[in-house]
Amino acid sequence: MIPAPVEYTRAGSAEEAISLLTEHGDEAKLLAGGHSLLPMMKLRLATPAQLIDVGRLDELRYINADNGEVAIGALTRHTELEHSDVLADACPLLKHVASLVGDPSVRHRGTLGGTLAHADPASDLPAAVLALGGTLVAQGPNGRREIAATDFFASYFESVLAADELLVEVRVPSGGGGWNYQKFNRRAQDWAIVGVAVADGGKGIALVNMGATPLRATAVEAALAGGASAAEAAAVAAEGTSPVEDGNADATYRKHLARVLTERALNAAG
Amino acid sequence: MTAVMGTPMLRKEDGKLLTGEGKFVDDIHVPGELWMGMVRSPHAKATITSIDASGALAMPGVQAVHTGPDLADMGLWIAPLPCAWPVTPDMLNPPHFPVASGEVHHVGEIVAVVLADSRYGAADAIDEVVVHYDSLPAAASVAEARDGDVLAHSDLDTNKAYHWPLVPDPDALDAAFAGADVVVAADFVQQRLIPTAMEPRGVLAVPSPHGGDITLYSATQVPHILKVMAAATTGIPENQIRIIAPAVGGGFGAKLNINPDEILALTLANKLGRAVRWTESRSEAAGSTHQGRGQLQHIELAADSNGKLQGVRVHVDADMGAYMMLITPGVPLLGSFLYTGVYDVPAFGFTCDGYFTNMTPTDAYRGAGRPEASYAIERAMDLLALEVGVGPDEIRRRNYINGGEAFENHEAASTLVFDSGHYGPSLDRALEMADYEGLRAEQSRRREAGDKVQLGIGMCTYVEICGLAPSRALGGLGYGAGGWEHATVRMLPTGKVEVVSGSTPHGQGHETAWSQIIADKMGVSPHDVTVLHSDTAMSPLGLDTYGSRSLAVGGVAIAMAADKVVEKARLIAAHQFEAAPEDVQFENGSFSVAGSPSSSVHIQELGFAAFAAHDLPDGIEPNLQEQVSFDPPNFAFPFGTHVAVVEVDEDTGGVKLTGYFAVDDCGNQVNPLIVEGQVHGGIVQGAAQALFEEAAYDDEGNITNPSLMDYLVPSTMEMPSMKLDSTTTPSTTNPLGVKGVGEAGTIGSAAAVINAVCDALSPHGISDLEMPASPQRVWNAINRASGNGEGGAS
Repeated sequence: MIPAPVEYTRAGSAEEAISLLTEHGDEAKLLAGGHSLLPMMKLRLATPAQLIDVGRLDELRYINADNGEVAIGALTRHTELEHSDVLADACPLLKHVASLVGDPSVRHRGTLGGTLAHADPASDLPAAVLALGGTLVAQGPNGRREIAATDFFASYFESVLAADELLVEVRVPSGGGGWNYQKFNRRAQDWAIVGVAVADGGKGIALVNMGATPLRATAVEAALAGGASAAEAAAVAAEGTSPVEDGNADATYRKHLARVLTERALNAAG
Repeated sequence: MTAVMGTPMLRKEDGKLLTGEGKFVDDIHVPGELWMGMVRSPHAKATITSIDASGALAMPGVQAVHTGPDLADMGLWIAPLPCAWPVTPDMLNPPHFPVASGEVHHVGEIVAVVLADSRYGAADAIDEVVVHYDSLPAAASVAEARDGDVLAHSDLDTNKAYHWPLVPDPDALDAAFAGADVVVAADFVQQRLIPTAMEPRGVLAVPSPHGGDITLYSATQVPHILKVMAAATTGIPENQIRIIAPAVGGGFGAKLNINPDEILALTLANKLGRAVRWTESRSEAAGSTHQGRGQLQHIELAADSNGKLQGVRVHVDADMGAYMMLITPGVPLLGSFLYTGVYDVPAFGFTCDGYFTNMTPTDAYRGAGRPEASYAIERAMDLLALEVGVGPDEIRRRNYINGGEAFENHEAASTLVFDSGHYGPSLDRALEMADYEGLRAEQSRRREAGDKVQLGIGMCTYVEICGLAPSRALGGLGYGAGGWEHATVRMLPTGKVEVVSGSTPHGQGHETAWSQIIADKMGVSPHDVTVLHSDTAMSPLGLDTYGSRSLAVGGVAIAMAADKVVEKARLIAAHQFEAAPEDVQFENGSFSVAGSPSSSVHIQELGFAAFAAHDLPDGIEPNLQEQVSFDPPNFAFPFGTHVAVVEVDEDTGGVKLTGYFAVDDCGNQVNPLIVEGQVHGGIVQGAAQALFEEAAYDDEGNITNPSLMDYLVPSTMEMPSMKLDSTTTPSTTNPLGVKGVGEAGTIGSAAAVINAVCDALSPHGISDLEMPASPQRVWNAINRASGNGEGGAS
């Protein structure tokens, strides 16, 4: 559990972080809460030459509701989402999902931007943002651009962020219909074996750990739009998925769980 | 003074442990220390064809890289790592050196040692040691080892290390089965477990180059045994070795060994004249510290038509792993005597075959053989209940020793004599606490309603052997050492008391419990007592802490030494009173002459008189200090009944432990708070085996879940609030009437939990589930039972 040698620089601003990213390119990794990156470094699964610490960019820690959407700074901690009065009114799904990430120490360090950029298909919050139809704001040397959550995730631990881009903000719509999140795991602090997030009364549904990225359950959404019952719609929850097999679950079982949990989430969301 | 023994005194040691004052091995540093970095085999079985350390040696701060052949040439040891329990005269025991030469036999076996002047430097250098291997087919399970097509060690012609039988009366056993109305047979798998103490293992060897001696700090349960074994292995004179086990954060048996890293640190430090250290990383532990369990069990019960047991026959195939560690081969034997459980069984037979595999060696893990035995008999009793058509409580009542009434000195068919027991009340009380009737009613309601979340209730009445002690009995089993324990009690001149304990705490609370015993025996405040331990210079005699033996052996030695101090003090008091010693009474710490209670002297006031020695009775030596080596005449046999309640979600296969009720009987209790803590932790460790933990190896012998991300140690979030109670049946084997409780929870809980899961699933015709009962396994079982195509092999 000793990481390989690494240079460390703390960025004083988003601009400085981007400048450092531009300078170091693929050799660099951004460090925010560190609860995904540091364990990988300690196991030497990740060996970046340069760490750029953005964890203290407090200007990127905020939760603001305005004009029908909530804008959240990328370095907002999970615990701040979990205890946000703004989210309680404007986006309770995100608040609830944040409360189920890891354990309290993880939630006090982990950041929303960090978990999205890390792009772990087994993480909770990326699927929630995907179900909500969120928008991600990336800042690079040439300014900011918006990326739809549906376009953001590329593959296992891979997003469409360029090597010189910093994720700065996440926007999700306010209000909306019923919501629910079903997380199935063996221990409370673990990643989901399978998770299902339902937003806006079933208009947005996303699956956790059912493929290389968090996935929109488009077949379920289409079935519901076509008038199917929750049970009927949930029956197609595994369509288009390609879940991993690991010590907790094989693919057949994960697909089964996706159907069961989708039905439960739809029924609970109402 | 009111009684101190039996009260839930807060632990004296917790202040320093909770505030970070406790110093663990990794907290202790000396100037000039070198870090060892272990280059470990990534293959379960392979021939080492070359090792190129030039890249590592070129790195700054790297002092040396030593391979197995180098170290052998350096003459650092005179014998392989020890196995202290050759269970049969012809047991195979391939030599096991700290660093492999030629052929490696498990993933994680050390092939080279880096010495660097920092921990980071050592870790970096490991990556630069280039080792080439010719990979060989590995025996990656005990079943494969038993088949024998693949040999774990190329220079052996078999994987079978030994065959050990315990069949006291073969004819009676055959007759019991021949005449049985009902025979139940079952096979169970005791999966391998990773012990996972909170503090990983670590060592620091500090030589005194001009003083000729060497101190080894080790996160060990057994400093005294380590000292003897280190001397015998390395040839360093025993009187020049000092072992210190500083604060040690748990062990559960995993720190009851003589490990490659300990011998390497000791010998390299001795050779170099520089301190040498190493601290295990969590993922490294899967290959560097022994694992627990690892057995395939076959059990058969013979009974009459009422379910009354006539005989029990057991065979175990035990996974030794790659090598025999300190007591590897003996672990199944520790369980062998308990396969008849708490029952009156006329005929019994047990056989065990030990097999080498290409996996991390196994050895003692909390309960060591006894949880396995308890699991097998208690699971099989539920199967017998199903066969006979009675409830699990009833089948147990019909078979308890002495009908569930109190007994002493029961001679079991296994030939052991159970000191005392009283099993009926523990079941009664556990069922009452659980509201057993209410649970059964709720279970019926859910079954009739077709509820997707079904209820299961499981029970287990266990008995265990602890207070591992009688030296003669251990010798009879081939164990290499005795089982006595040593204590010294001294009254200091100012009236304070020092206790020197041979048993060695690693989280149990000995300082508190021993203080309570002294307080009770000597009439002093427990806060006037200091307990010295875990340093062979301070406590030269001892046999350490394992097998729930500290109280029943070491605690009793302390009580006996305290009695001797009181008796000597009585002579001094009598001399001061000018009375005959037999006329001097001792009460609440004070001596007085019978009939004239107005003049009295407190024992603490006599400390100075004994120290000054100005006016002692003729023939009495100065000082109040006595010592005792206690070797009890028998083991102690704690018992209890555990009831587990689970909810099984039939749609997901998820199992939730929703209730746990335990009634344990460990004889007289010194500190009920410590007893509760031990039971709580033990229950969680057993439930962990039932539902969560498994050291998973692939077909090539790689462990696939070495980190705590994947090896599922449960937390409080997965456990219900446990409801505990106790009964008290004093032991007859020691004057305190105490037994032991360090392992009891683990011995009772795995069977109770799996019995509950199987009970929940019984409407599907499911009568057994392999541990851990993961959601996927449960879901597969339901699918198979309902003829559904979904779900693969479990």
